[in-house]
This record gives sequence, structure tokens and C-alpha cells, in this order.
Amino acid sequence: MIAPKVRVQTDPFDAAVETALLEAGRRDIGAIVAFTGLCRDDDGRLDALELEHYPGMAEEEIARAAQDALARWPLQGLTIIHRHGKIVPGEKIVLVIAAARHRGEAFAAAEFLMDYLKTRAPFWKKEHRGAGAAGAWVEAKAKDDDAAARWEK
Amino acid sequence: MKVLYFAWVRERVGVPEEEISPPREVATVGELIAWLAQRDEGYGAAFENAGAIRAAIDKAHAPHDAPIAGAREIAFFPPMTGG
Repeated sequence: MIAPKVRVQTDPFDAAVETALLEAGRRDIGAIVAFTGLCRDDDGRLDALELEHYPGMAEEEIARAAQDALARWPLQGLTIIHRHGKIVPGEKIVLVIAAARHRGEAFAAAEFLMDYLKTRAPFWKKEHRGAGAAGAWVEAKAKDDDAAARWEK
Repeated sequence: MKVLYFAWVRERVGVPEEEISPPREVATVGELIAWLAQRDEGYGAAFENAGAIRAAIDKAHAPHDAPIAGAREIAFFPPMTGG
């Protein structure tokens, strides 16, 4: 079984570089699905998101999710990067790259991992709107719980 | 034992972590939440809605009925919003 690459960091990441690293020198990979999640501003008033995380548990929990994915699908490569700290609209927050022989497994694993990260990885987003205004914590969404629950069957 | 707080739980309690010594009869995560809630106003505000509180024992998710005996580190936080 392959060793997944898991990183929790404040620095930005480059999805293209990470994909190139994952596929370098390989002849056996038939499909790569790369998902990038960005900081989004819906109404033009978001200055930044502040992502708090639980150091140690964040890495361990993502590693558990990666092992769960590897037990479900025969993946040939897996990279998961999640940022924390202050992130402004347009910047990237999370990256999941799943490589497999066929696209079905790569798509499924990437979607499973994102559903898992949303509901089980210990990160919390706070929205900053306007100088001096107190930030507001983003509330967890029921649709994310529903999305994660469909993998439990 | 060491307890850690994150996000709005941390803000309402007022500290990110501390050492606590709950009485022996506090045996589960849920009982620890109830015990913390009655410490003062800040803890009360943090833990008044116990159903909204998630917990981890030694960096792994734990349900409210999980025993806390032997735990080195217990964390309390709201539902997660990463990804």
C-alpha cells in the first residue's frame, strides 16, 4: 500500500507542482483527480478567513482519513494538504490529489476525503468582515454531515 | 488532566488550555462538560448547549459517553468547518 503525503501548513501550495510530484516517473497511474478548495467571497465583504486548527490532531485525523480511503480504493498516490492561519479570498485552502488506475476510484476517493475533512478534521473558520469588526465563526452545515454520512453505509 | 479549547469554546472560556482536577464522580466526557459548565459564567456560556460540543480524547474524536479515565488530554470544540 502507498504512503499518503499529508501536510498541515500556513504556507500556500501549488496544486500543479504537487500533481507533478505525485506522477513523476510513474507509468502505472491511469487517472489523477485533484480537488482544490478556495477561500470564497460571496458578497464582496469578506476580508479574510482565519482557520484555527488543533495541532497534532489535525495531522492525525487527516492521516486516519487517508488510511480509510486506501482501505476502500486501490489508490496509487494520495496527497492531502490543508492550510491554517489567515487566508484571503482567492487563495487556496485545501488540496486533495488521488491517483489510481481508473478514474472511478480517483473521483470517489477525492470526494470521500473532502466529505471527511469537512466534518471530521479539526479546523474552524472565522470570517473577518471590515476593520475593527469582530469576526464570526462559520457554522457547520447539515448538508456536509449528510454528504459524509453517505460513506458510512 | 490537560484540557484544550478551540474556536468559540476557547473564546468563551477565555483560555486555550489548562490543567483541571474534576472530582472522581465525573467519569465521562458528557459529565465533564456538565461539570465545566457550572464553573463560572464564561464556562457556562461555552458549555450551555452540550449538544453543540464535540470532544477529542488524546487527539481522537470521542462521543459524550466515552470514559475519561486515563485520558492525558481532552479537547472541546464546536462542530468542525474545515475543508
